[in-house]
Amino acid sequence: MKTDTKLLMLIVVFGLIALAPLLITQESLLNIVIMTLYAALLGQAWNILGGYGGQVSFGHAAYFGTGAYTVAVLQVQFGINPWIGLAAGGLAAAAVGAFIGLCTFRYGLRGSYFALVTLAFAEVLRILSNSVDFTGAGVGLLIPLERSAANFQFLTKAGFFWVIWAMTLAAFLTVWKIGNSRFGAQLMAVRDNEDAARALGVNAFRVKMGAIMLSGFFSGLAGVFYAQYFLYLDPYIAYGAAISVESLLVPIIGGMGTLFGPLLGAAFLHGLSELSRAVIGDAPGISLVLYGVLLVIMVLFVPRGLAGLASHLRSGKRAVSQAEGGNDRA
Amino acid sequence: MPDSAIIIPSVLNGLTTGGLYALVALGLTLIYGVLHIINFAHGALLMLGLYAVYFLNVQFGIDPYVALLIVPPAMFALGYALQRGIIGRASHGRDENILLVTLGLSIIIENLSLFFFRSDTRTVDTPYSFDVIEIFGAFLPYPKVVAFIGALVTAALLWLLMSRTDLGRAIRALAKERKGAQLVGINADHVFAMSFGLGIACLGVAACLLLPSYYVNPQVGGGFVLIAFTIVVLGGMGSFVGALIGGLIIGVVEALGGLFLGESLGQIGIFLIFILVLIFRPTGLFGAKA
Repeated sequence: MKTDTKLLMLIVVFGLIALAPLLITQESLLNIVIMTLYAALLGQAWNILGGYGGQVSFGHAAYFGTGAYTVAVLQVQFGINPWIGLAAGGLAAAAVGAFIGLCTFRYGLRGSYFALVTLAFAEVLRILSNSVDFTGAGVGLLIPLERSAANFQFLTKAGFFWVIWAMTLAAFLTVWKIGNSRFGAQLMAVRDNEDAARALGVNAFRVKMGAIMLSGFFSGLAGVFYAQYFLYLDPYIAYGAAISVESLLVPIIGGMGTLFGPLLGAAFLHGLSELSRAVIGDAPGISLVLYGVLLVIMVLFVPRGLAGLASHLRSGKRAVSQAEGGNDRA
Repeated sequence: MPDSAIIIPSVLNGLTTGGLYALVALGLTLIYGVLHIINFAHGALLMLGLYAVYFLNVQFGIDPYVALLIVPPAMFALGYALQRGIIGRASHGRDENILLVTLGLSIIIENLSLFFFRSDTRTVDTPYSFDVIEIFGAFLPYPKVVAFIGALVTAALLWLLMSRTDLGRAIRALAKERKGAQLVGINADHVFAMSFGLGIACLGVAACLLLPSYYVNPQVGGGFVLIAFTIVVLGGMGSFVGALIGGLIIGVVEALGGLFLGESLGQIGIFLIFILVLIFRPTGLFGAKA
């Protein structure tokens, strides 16, 4: 697909999604759309580092939780408006990304080791937030209810819809830009063969640092949204493994290193969990069992994700040659 | 500053806990040393083993230590099947893929357990659950002392198996030079699966020795995963001696961290060790230079 076509498709898809609040009057249905966009944002954030950069992270909760706690703590402890908290949360998460990047990329950690260290960082943050007072420790933080748009607490779901729509669109436009830029080309070169990329003069450390900070920033935005939408946080919600898993599951199912993969993955996952709820009911754990089964199946049989499957079906021959070339995953 | 009357019992207690951790880590380090993969489902499989020991005790009245004859062989079979059927086919040339598949397996196992066993925390009643043994003025729980000795025996048995048997020789040959080992007639898929099975059988041993002094619920494995990884990384990936000593160190660190920083913050020491070792000495204390 040409890059112009991709941008056009992106605008059309998000334009269609924008019709949702006009067509859907039922709040519970709109909630599903909101949560799907939110999952797409989380997944796209992971995709920048994991899909385009090839650095598989098991600890994206570190950024999500930092964004969420930043907006909540600023409001509860300092009375600062959550719209300011939105920017602060994204930047704080990017800073955590910079710190983790410095600690890992500087020392050449790659592959499974990088994944495990990111998990350990998220755990350290979980224990810290469980132990200090200003995060409310184990009890968590309750953001006081004051419904108004100026307070980032909308009266209707439609208000929240527009915020998450705009954030997710921003993330997707950023990734489109990455796929279309010198930085993106260098990032994918580092993913495909770091030694070769360095031999050609790519500063792998700087490129990966850029990716982890961008990735952290958008994860942090998702965290801010979560805090404002549910108005409650505790260490397990913010820094627990569930968020890290959801972050990586969405792009892996949709297609790592593709622009639309995270959206496909998010829609598929949420569709599936709604379906399982309708068929099996609210049995504890069952939808997560399905997630696990999907993860195993995708890695075993469809390593290029739904997006890869789609392009494979569209033109079988070309997809095969792309897979062999290995450098055009989009 | 607490005086030695508190510190010494705390260290001894940490050492016995460390023995349990070492048992869990032995299987992980065996799997890593041979297959060069990181088994993220290790904690979930330990939890499965704990449930097996629990139900054998509750349904059939089998003592956890007698279950040592049943659970480890069953876990071996499960590990063999998992490696042969799923994990061995997943890599597509990237180690991260195996990490992802084992993550998927752990999600499946944990949530199926949640579905079938509910989230209740269960313990077994044995006559010796609350017995204590006095060593250097410290009162140590009897089951923990047994587990500590069990860890040493298991490590010794593994070492014997690896150095004295044909299977051990085949495993080491494969770990060193895969193509060469296959050329002399070693069935790689079979031996890899045997290694994975052995690693999971270690978890079966750990489950039998752990349950009398511990509990089981569907989430119990999660706490062990990062601790076991830390031990393996600290001791050097693939080293049995390293896993044993790393386990003891981590046990003591946890006990002292809990003593000085409190229960919740005390755990942080383990993860900081993990991060620092991976950054500054990724080969661990006893690992070969890369």
